[in-house]
Amino acid sequence: MPTVARLDQASLNLARVWRALAEVGDPELPFLSIIDLGIVRDVLDDPPLVVITPTYSGCPATEVIGLAVANKLTERGLDLRVETRLSPAWTTDWITPEGRAKLLEHGIAPPPKASASKRALFSEAAPVPCPQCGSAKTELVSAFGATACKAMHRCLSCFEPFEAFKCL
Amino acid sequence: MRWIISNDRQFALFQYTLRLGDTCLILAQRLGEWSGHAPVLEEDLALGNLGLDLMGQARSFLTYAGEIEGQGRSEDDLAFLRDAHDFRNVTLAEYPNGDFGQTMARHLLFAGWYELVLEGLTRSADPRIAAVAEKGIKELAYHWRHSAEWVIRLGDGTEDSHARMQAGLDKVWGLTPEFFAMDAIDEAMVQVGFGVDLVALRPAWDARINGVLAQATLSRPTSITQSGGKRGVHSEHLGHLLAEMQFMQRAYPGMEW
Repeated sequence: MPTVARLDQASLNLARVWRALAEVGDPELPFLSIIDLGIVRDVLDDPPLVVITPTYSGCPATEVIGLAVANKLTERGLDLRVETRLSPAWTTDWITPEGRAKLLEHGIAPPPKASASKRALFSEAAPVPCPQCGSAKTELVSAFGATACKAMHRCLSCFEPFEAFKCL
Repeated sequence: MRWIISNDRQFALFQYTLRLGDTCLILAQRLGEWSGHAPVLEEDLALGNLGLDLMGQARSFLTYAGEIEGQGRSEDDLAFLRDAHDFRNVTLAEYPNGDFGQTMARHLLFAGWYELVLEGLTRSADPRIAAVAEKGIKELAYHWRHSAEWVIRLGDGTEDSHARMQAGLDKVWGLTPEFFAMDAIDEAMVQVGFGVDLVALRPAWDARINGVLAQATLSRPTSITQSGGKRGVHSEHLGHLLAEMQFMQRAYPGMEW
């Protein structure tokens, strides 16, 4: 019985940590939490540790996110160390279904799935559907956009330009 | 720089990580020079993004280099407080941007090589190097594609764009033999399973570069330039680059913002 009680306390603590992390938004896309983005890789009870991973090697948001996580944990009285880990490398496949829905809601096309394939990486397989009108008739304007994680596209049906999350 | 490391393997690993980190850092600085000057807005963003990827990889490699050296030097100390002869980047990385065609030629030759290097390093017995490589190789796929598309578009474009693309390629080509030159540091790293055999990358590099050049209707240059950046023997261009890159830390030591 004591073991069970201890375990329950531990999982209760972990649940509190996850809830706190769900409130930390990406600095560039604040409507997305770092959990939506798949940036949080692990939350450990012993030793108390939160593992996060950068989306891109040079993403300036990574440090801001690390600080934001530490601040949020302190604010909630949770004492966990924050560690950044590179491997396994982040992939857009780790963006949660909720995250993909939020992207679409905010006019950003979610990334194509199965980025392990080189073809998917270059969106050669299928054009990215327009997040405004849903048309499949779109074209890539530039593989590089305002942030490392987004590309610029244009819809050939409604003629609106839009951003798409790059497959990585 | 005085070498205080006595262990040979540690020394080789320090040099090896410096080579990787410095190559990324110096080329990132070059690409950053395009900010606000690219021919179109999309390319301004693209060149900045390419530089940012390399800057991120440079930070990982240089942080690690500082830890291996064990003298308490941070990534910033290594980037901003070393002189030109202490940098270990391949010479091509410091070569001036020239026009847009020349920058794309330089990036094609570089990305075609560096992606293969990273591919090999994903299997490095050193987990830190392998992790940076695993992350970086995904980014390099975009570098290769972007530069290849421009080289083809400009090479197989107008008479003027073709001539300028060929001229840019001719200028940087001579610096590529350094990509495949093995020395004692490289040998030592291959021996312990940490590094990649650069000579073995040559056929794959030749094949992919030849493929793009053929599509771009460009001819493969034959020039060879003496280059020794990996050993700290640099072109006259590096000092000028560092003068700008390091100005703030040199003028106001320890400044943070």
